Amino acid sequence: MSAAVLSRRSFLHTTGAAAGGLMVGFHVPGLAAAGAAPELNAWVQVLPDESVVIRIARSEMGQGTLTGLAQLVAEELECDWAKVKTEYPTPGQNLARNRAWGSMSTGGSRGVRESHEYVRKGGALARALLIQAAANRWNVSVVECATASGWVLHGGRKLSYGSLAAEAAGLAAPADIELKPVKDWTLAGRPLKRLDTRAKLDGSQVYGMDMQLPGLLNAAIKDCPVFGGRLKSFDATEVEKRPGVKKVVRVGDTAVAVVADTWWRAKTALEALPIVWDEGPHAKLSSADVAAMLKAGLDAPEAAVGSSQGDVAAALAGAARKVEAVYSTPHQNHATMEVMNATAKWTPERCEVWTPTQNGEAALAAAAEAAGLPPSACEVYKLHLGGGFGRRGAVHDWVRQAVAIARELPGTPVKLIWSREEDMTHGRYHPVTQCKLTAGLDAAGKMTALHMRISGQSIVAGLFPQNIRDGKDPAVFQGLNAGGAEGALGYALPHLLIDHAMRNPPVPPGFWRGVNLNQNAIYLECFIDEVAHAAKRDPLELRRELLANSPKHLAVLNAVAAKAGWGRPRAQGRHLGLAQIMGFGSYVAACAEVSVSKKGELKIHRIVAATDPGHAVNPQQIAAQVEGSFVYGLSAALFGEITIKDGRVEQRNFDSYPVVRMEHMPAVETICMPSGGFWGGVGEPTIAVAAPAVLNAIFMATGKRIRDLPLSKHSLA
Amino acid sequence: MAELMINGRRMQFEADADTPLLWVLREQLGLTGTKYGCGVAQCGACTVHIDGAPVRSCVMPASALTPTQKVTTIEGLAPNASHPLQKAWDALDVPQCGFCQSGMLMAAAALLKAKPKPSDADIDAAMTNICRCGTYNRVRAAIHLAAGQVQRKQIPIVIEGGQA
Repeated sequence: MSAAVLSRRSFLHTTGAAAGGLMVGFHVPGLAAAGAAPELNAWVQVLPDESVVIRIARSEMGQGTLTGLAQLVAEELECDWAKVKTEYPTPGQNLARNRAWGSMSTGGSRGVRESHEYVRKGGALARALLIQAAANRWNVSVVECATASGWVLHGGRKLSYGSLAAEAAGLAAPADIELKPVKDWTLAGRPLKRLDTRAKLDGSQVYGMDMQLPGLLNAAIKDCPVFGGRLKSFDATEVEKRPGVKKVVRVGDTAVAVVADTWWRAKTALEALPIVWDEGPHAKLSSADVAAMLKAGLDAPEAAVGSSQGDVAAALAGAARKVEAVYSTPHQNHATMEVMNATAKWTPERCEVWTPTQNGEAALAAAAEAAGLPPSACEVYKLHLGGGFGRRGAVHDWVRQAVAIARELPGTPVKLIWSREEDMTHGRYHPVTQCKLTAGLDAAGKMTALHMRISGQSIVAGLFPQNIRDGKDPAVFQGLNAGGAEGALGYALPHLLIDHAMRNPPVPPGFWRGVNLNQNAIYLECFIDEVAHAAKRDPLELRRELLANSPKHLAVLNAVAAKAGWGRPRAQGRHLGLAQIMGFGSYVAACAEVSVSKKGELKIHRIVAATDPGHAVNPQQIAAQVEGSFVYGLSAALFGEITIKDGRVEQRNFDSYPVVRMEHMPAVETICMPSGGFWGGVGEPTIAVAAPAVLNAIFMATGKRIRDLPLSKHSLA
Repeated sequence: MAELMINGRRMQFEADADTPLLWVLREQLGLTGTKYGCGVAQCGACTVHIDGAPVRSCVMPASALTPTQKVTTIEGLAPNASHPLQKAWDALDVPQCGFCQSGMLMAAAALLKAKPKPSDADIDAAMTNICRCGTYNRVRAAIHLAAGQVQRKQIPIVIEGGQA
């Protein structure tokens, strides 16, 4: 099937034709058929029926970027929002057009904050062309024309965008254009509903796993369960006799896959396949080994310095009082609801892949490499993601596998779906770290010095080792930096040292929603609370003192404290806990209200959360991201832990890797307080304050300071 | 050739006896709105109705059903997404990635049939489906909205503050 055919916006496919003969039509993202209407530029196409197609380069995985980016384009275009449709340009088209759509990478809460300017320009330039086309028709100057809701206006007359689009597309765009001041926004900045809800209500939304093509086969895969191990051998004799099984294939050095007519048959055949593994050098690795390795880093003489100010050693030596604590956070799995999957079709000339990905360009590069073809001979079609959270961005291991399998069956499309067990045991895990914090207080109880020693795993060392400079991974210090969008420490301390002893166990790390900000906020914000209590000071008052010169940090903190009723009387047994942090360009704070029963049962009643993202493109979607951040952050804090035994992940499924469900969920009150002048992300930062706010509240309720997560390892009774 | 009554239609298919209903729906019958999330009845993404009761189809062998039992999937919940829950989900913008939402809606529809005015405790007990994006609070609010227990404007989802 050629790219041209597949780029049609919808097509029919058959499935189970031999049985039900059922025909199902569905929509596959891709560009509209060539010739339907010329585009005004890479971002905008107006069709004769007045519908406006806005192209979205970033991937939608639930975070609402599809709607937010479309709002920004439509704001400048001044089109009719009710007529807006969106579509994904393909990575292959981006490559062929010299990256007309810029980066397709969707992570780091960057969707809006890193593309707001050029997508707005796309809308503004398209509008300028439509105005020019109208002015030409009327033989008037463009400055006499205005636009509103899909019309160009001049005096009492008007022309619709749809009627002008063909002419406008032939005109030369201005070299540059001025964007509207944010204060003049009428569409962006409003809490509009999402554009992608309808298909998610009746089962018609097509996710990667739902991909169908004529003649499609299905594959199930098993990778060596031990990290660093290899596939030694397998015996396909019996399995190949099973009904529906087409082929058993070795995938790279480490995995084996069964290809069958249905996935259920592929999966059950794979389970019956005798496999011999070479378990490699880490076959005895355990979580205790990893913990011991990290513990040694807490006091190691060598460490990469992230932030340094004054003389911490001298200040601590001379302090009237010292407070010290060691914290630890475990590996986490992303556990997207939709497991890893990709459909691939390979011929010696061309390779095509359909997959949910957070980075279409990286998926294309991975596909091309696995296909043994140049990227220009490959294409990736992005399908909606059933969750991403960082798992589907930096590493496309499942794409490589799917292409490797498809190479064994040239011309036949093969859909690879991981089992949940495969997904749980072959993640790219949130890195494991420990942290030793030492604070010095003067005689008046004022905090004057802080040494924060992080020991543990570096994501960058695991994924992009070429970016490690002099043994330092700068991303480790997220939220603890002297400045910058990726997380500036708000606290002013005359003597400060934050350093990292890198310890990389052989468990593959990855970017997990919130990334290093998560554990850094737990360490910092729980410890600040410890210092406050040790100094017999109010945790809010101590934070306010240290944040006196960080007004944006302070503002979100004050907002949650005020709304949650900090310092005011509250119901018997209810206790509050605070946390604040800055990261992904935004300032966030949370105040959790909890109670703990005599039996030690925790109830999180409510969390008040504040976000200052600079500019708020859609407050409704920001609220949704804040609510969701607590589910992700609290899942890790309460239950989440990937442990290693005999070199492999012990957890298999949601029964052994529990997550927050409805019954655990607190009420969330979101304060969206954009202060203007900068652009911050909202998909991730709030995750970081979830755990410390709750842990600090638990301390108030019980006097127990939980320093070793998850909470489920401890009794609160 | 086996036969089941699905969404009011008789459907015939061939599948091995151990094949779960989930995979018959998805692979033999093309009804991909019902999702695979865990395969062990933990997450609820595969929830369908059998004679009106919520069932996790990933652990229900299709061969255990008779042709007279009525199977309802998300595709058959209501024409044109007109079920009160689908309307409430739409009004409150419940889905994020959306992958779990078919199962959420089917579980909620069974709940409302059994308890037209569910309490929060009823919702906690019935809605054990997993959502990783974190839509739980909106799911809860949308169930109350569909049940007529609250009006849209009473639902405190959003938000203080505004544009800057």
